[in-house]
Amino acid sequence: MIKSTFLKAVAATALSVSTWASAHAVDLQFYFPVAVGGKAADTIQALTDEYVAANPDVKIDAVYAGSYQDTVAKAITASRGGNPPQLSVILSVDMFTLIDEDLIQPFDNYLTTDEDKAWVDGFYPAFMENSQTGGKTYGIPFQRSTPVLYWNKEAFKEAGLDPEVAPATWDEMVEFGKKLTKKDADGKVSQWGVRIPSSGFPYWLFQGLAIENSATLANAEGNKTNFDDPKVVEALQYLVDLSTKHEVMAPGIIEWGATPKAFFEGQTAMMWTSTGNLTNVRDNAPFDFGVAMLPSKETRGAPTGGGNFYLFKGASDEQNKAAVEFVQWITAPAQSAKWTIATGYVAPRAETWETETMKAYTADFAPALIARDQLAFAKAELSTYQNQRVTGIFNDALASVITGKKDAATALKEAQAQADGILSEYR
Amino acid sequence: MRVTFKRDWIHSWLLLLPAMVFLFAFTHIPAVTTFINSFYSTPRGRRPAKFIGLENYERLWDDPVFWKVMFNNLWFALGTIPLSIALSIAMALWVNDKLAGRSLVRMAYFTPTVLPLIAVANIWLFFYTPGFGLFDQVFGALFGWSSTNWLGDPATALNAVIVVTVWKEAGFFMIFYLAALQAIPVSLVEAARIEGASRWTIFWRITFPLLMPTTLFVSINAVINSFRLVDHIFILTDGGPDNASSLLLFYIYEVAFRFWETGYAATLTVALLLLLSALAIGQFFFFDRKVHYK
Repeated sequence: MIKSTFLKAVAATALSVSTWASAHAVDLQFYFPVAVGGKAADTIQALTDEYVAANPDVKIDAVYAGSYQDTVAKAITASRGGNPPQLSVILSVDMFTLIDEDLIQPFDNYLTTDEDKAWVDGFYPAFMENSQTGGKTYGIPFQRSTPVLYWNKEAFKEAGLDPEVAPATWDEMVEFGKKLTKKDADGKVSQWGVRIPSSGFPYWLFQGLAIENSATLANAEGNKTNFDDPKVVEALQYLVDLSTKHEVMAPGIIEWGATPKAFFEGQTAMMWTSTGNLTNVRDNAPFDFGVAMLPSKETRGAPTGGGNFYLFKGASDEQNKAAVEFVQWITAPAQSAKWTIATGYVAPRAETWETETMKAYTADFAPALIARDQLAFAKAELSTYQNQRVTGIFNDALASVITGKKDAATALKEAQAQADGILSEYR
Repeated sequence: MRVTFKRDWIHSWLLLLPAMVFLFAFTHIPAVTTFINSFYSTPRGRRPAKFIGLENYERLWDDPVFWKVMFNNLWFALGTIPLSIALSIAMALWVNDKLAGRSLVRMAYFTPTVLPLIAVANIWLFFYTPGFGLFDQVFGALFGWSSTNWLGDPATALNAVIVVTVWKEAGFFMIFYLAALQAIPVSLVEAARIEGASRWTIFWRITFPLLMPTTLFVSINAVINSFRLVDHIFILTDGGPDNASSLLLFYIYEVAFRFWETGYAATLTVALLLLLSALAIGQFFFFDRKVHYK
């Protein structure tokens, strides 16, 4: 008993001393996830250290919080426990969830000057679609990506196709795919035409198809989905037809993780995957490869993806100001260029691409530009209130159609009814 | 007299205290809180939790995913428990005999237990990969099978997960059987041999009954594991496709920490707790009659 009182006293003293010691500096805690391998965590740490060294009045504790899923779980739990971080990078699609949980505040309160407002306008509009709602800016784009089509130039040459030309339309993708699919006498496939991974979260790449068919999966307010739109049904039918009717893609659910490897091994001649894999493919593909925008149906199109900075509630005015300044610094061209080159994430501001570093990088590695150019056609990633649950319902529906358990129209209609049930209270 | 009695009393409580604090903090209090929360709605930032009576339970009753994961869990239990127990007995008998390289074989059987399940799942993920995965290459070369999407087909996904679980568990159970086998007096087997009993009779009449306490222990563990071990699902299938390989605990995690519906997750947890206690009690009563303790 005495011992525990003593320990408490020691702890209390230690606590007050440390508070006193840092009283003159602003303390910030900042959670970040790492979704791609490689140097992401080191780069964030290095950038943070650089900022702290240049700004001795600010102390930033950058906390690596695991995957995106872990990070949002940690941020929500910490906030509920009364100890929220001041800043966190979390999936852009979790915006409505975080608003609903009443955990984040808009950046607008701290972006009052004309200069600040111009700064917000400097981000690519495609990225801001998932970052603003009700006229307020809740997220600042940071580690953002978009899916692109990778193709194996050698396989194209072997199939008698022009190795420098990627399919530009849905029909071309099928036509090229048929030429690229190699079967032996028993019907065993040694090389598929195309590979669109669908494990875990099939909605993301599927959304590419939906946008290309001019369908919008959810409204900007995040309270209504359009899963049963005939255009969505048509897009899903196309995805299924790739395996069942045209036989240019492996049937069933296709694993995300194994997709780059399948591409390197020549199991597939084309693949759809995130720009986050650019550096990986560049380092490991044993053949010449190309990167193109996703093919079009009615229009070109792709979803965006990845994480934004969020400003959490519960911090002092001073902390919030310091946090916003840090976000402005880390998304500035010099820092953003370092980040993009280290990871492959798409730099979210046009001015970053104008820096000498980025020009040198893209001159050497042109595919990096494809992702940027595709942003002109990109739309917001599917995001609603209770996002994970609504997206989960949609994922289940897609999986049931891809595996042939249900037909597209029925599954999507059921998913829409379930989503309506959840979202009606937010209208 | 009175003083000693009191001191004994304090002593015993003090001795119990550390274990009790942990037991209450991490088992009893959470269980009770979960039970209470299951009658409340999920609190969201601007709307605090409110008492909704049995609404969460009604929802559970009408939730097709809940019934699907329950059915999956039943299938998973039926697939893993008898198979891993049978396999572990066979392995224990095999490495209990005198054979060359016995320690090496024992170690080989035990290795899966030592490896972290997440790491193991990543290795199996490669085995199952269509096209260039180990199984496709082996079966393709041996039988000329075409590529099979083990994890991506609802018909095979759960079975693929079961195989990994059995592989992981059997070695662990083998250790218990091995210890039990070595505790069986050799004289019993020798006496039976003199009577002219066959190997099968010896196993069935002597070894197996004497292993019963171990079988009880192992089977309770196996039952609990079949509800508890879900780590590999995160890596292998993420519960997909369309919840075909989702188990009850995985679904609870999903509802609680992906969908953030803590109220409903509490209700699902109560269902899990009830199920587990019913199973454990049932096993003790049912098996106890058939178990020979020394």
